[in-house]
Amino acid sequence: MSFLLDHLNYVAVVVLMMGGLFIVFSSGNLIKRMVGLAIFQTSTGLFYISLAKVSGGTAPIMINAASKEGQALAAELDLAYVAAHGLDGVVYSNPLPHVLILTAIVVGVSTLAVGLAIAVRLREAYGTLEADEIAALDRETPKSTGAGP
Amino acid sequence: MSGAISFLDANLAIDLALLAMLVVLAAAIAMTRKLLAAILLMGVYSLVSAVWLVVMDAPDVAFTEAVVGAGVSTIVLLGAILLTRAEAEKTGWGRLIAPALIAVATGALLVYAALDLPSFGDPTSPANAYVGRTYLEVASRDTGAANVVTAVLASYRGFDTLGETTVIFAAGVGVALALGFGERAAPASRLMAGATGDHNVVLRVAAKLLIPIIALFAFYVQFHGDLGPGGGFQAGVILAVAVILHALVFGLRETMTAVKPSFARGVAALGVLLYSGIGVVCIVNGGGFLDYGHLFTAEIEAQIPPGLLGDPGATHHWGQHFGIFFIELGVLFTVAATMVTIFYGFAGRSPGGEAKL
Amino acid sequence: MTDALPLVGGGLAIAGVLLVLLGAIGVLRFPDVYTRIHAASITDTGGASLMILGLCLIAGLSPITLKLVIAWAFIMVTCPAAAHALANAAFSSGHSPWIGSFRIMRESDEQAAVQTGPQTGPQTGPKKPGPKKPGLQKQ
Repeated sequence: MSFLLDHLNYVAVVVLMMGGLFIVFSSGNLIKRMVGLAIFQTSTGLFYISLAKVSGGTAPIMINAASKEGQALAAELDLAYVAAHGLDGVVYSNPLPHVLILTAIVVGVSTLAVGLAIAVRLREAYGTLEADEIAALDRETPKSTGAGP
Repeated sequence: MSGAISFLDANLAIDLALLAMLVVLAAAIAMTRKLLAAILLMGVYSLVSAVWLVVMDAPDVAFTEAVVGAGVSTIVLLGAILLTRAEAEKTGWGRLIAPALIAVATGALLVYAALDLPSFGDPTSPANAYVGRTYLEVASRDTGAANVVTAVLASYRGFDTLGETTVIFAAGVGVALALGFGERAAPASRLMAGATGDHNVVLRVAAKLLIPIIALFAFYVQFHGDLGPGGGFQAGVILAVAVILHALVFGLRETMTAVKPSFARGVAALGVLLYSGIGVVCIVNGGGFLDYGHLFTAEIEAQIPPGLLGDPGATHHWGQHFGIFFIELGVLFTVAATMVTIFYGFAGRSPGGEAKL
Repeated sequence: MTDALPLVGGGLAIAGVLLVLLGAIGVLRFPDVYTRIHAASITDTGGASLMILGLCLIAGLSPITLKLVIAWAFIMVTCPAAAHALANAAFSSGHSPWIGSFRIMRESDEQAAVQTGPQTGPQTGPKKPGPKKPGLQKQ
């Protein structure tokens, strides 16, 4: 049971990731595919942050253990635990994945914007946003549409 | 791991409840055909993720996710469906079988692999025990920043952040090239739908109250990135949200008079220039690219008053302080201006054709 | 007395959470958009206010309380404005209320359109004509 609880976070992340993937594969609408891709991207962010969490830890911003916040944190923890895993009397979570995901989120919205801009242009060029119909329009021979190569 | 975490159970319960909500939201997004509903559910998904991130001790990331996911991302998606169609075509059941099988099979493999991962919250896991731990130990001493995430982002991994800033700038350029620079916005853009009478008065008053406060908060977040959660990325997006709010309430023309599209593009380029410029200055002064120790020559460093940060006795790494300050400023410029450019691109285009003359 | 304050605060926070839950149930169960907007606005004005008040009592007299009050003021400005915007959008796009009617006056009285109910169920009946849109306002 405790093994399941320890790993339930990762299972939830995998479920979300596969949900996003399912949306990307199953919907023909380009905009809905972008939304599915956004879910996929944020789920990988959730995975990294799950890895970074240290139980009993606090945000990786240095605080003084003697201050009010430090003492409030230490009051809930085992002294031996804090001594073994803490830094100057406070236990912190791992900062490195936070850095990676912080920029990944902003880059994710930038790429979402580019994808949506392309989708808007596709709609204007082909008159539809469904990937099947766009592919069908592309496959029409130049003779029948009169379009060049 | 057992003895110390008497309150982990409450944390774990909240964590699992929030993850369950996320799964339900993802399922709802998958099932709906109305794109407006999908977009708003995506906004809710981002907000619930932000709450989950706070529970996971990641306030910086939660900040960014809340502003970006529930703010800019929703606006950009809404702009896209306003320019196209708001409903997806019906997909037959046959089309869903193959994706479902792929998703289930890949998911099963990933879960099987995930069982080997370290326990959730384990402080001795390889991720938490080596490099992460070392950053915690030395960051404050080396850079003078209390926020270790900012120290790592701006100093230890400054080169990565330069790359990401450039990617954001490139995305802004890409959207501007695809959708136009927004200069040819119609007088009453679709985003401000024709209101009957003066129904906008409530929104105008609320916006006049909020926009200065939002902008001020953006600068607060920017300059307190060293001491608490914050930094250039969050501040840039918050500042862009202030401009977007102005455009939504007062009309795109008004906002484009205040924040011209050419100005936005110029500021975005200036941000990247500032960031790489700091790197080049470090090279000129004898160090490596973005080596803040060499940001100032010895003569300049002697000129800096020791009491500048309020503690004359302590030794300060002035190169680190000023280097982080300037590159965060560069990130603020680029992120804010790029988000505004992206918004102008979507909002300034009339549906179904070229940008209106 | 002051020992009981965190308990009272916790109770208020739980009351706020219950109000949020009621608001969510209301959004799902109410029949049309205007009543749903009313139910949703209970979530932020009633629920969030009680929660913030409860948290202020738990935090006592500290900078945290000041930040909570500022957050409360921000919520009080934005959320009613958002509810107004929603209701305005529903009105402008011609949504009829589920029961009752409202009279929409235009520049000239001949163009006044009257929307009538009561409807026997949710909007499945024949579509009633919406109010005449006045066209985009001159800037």
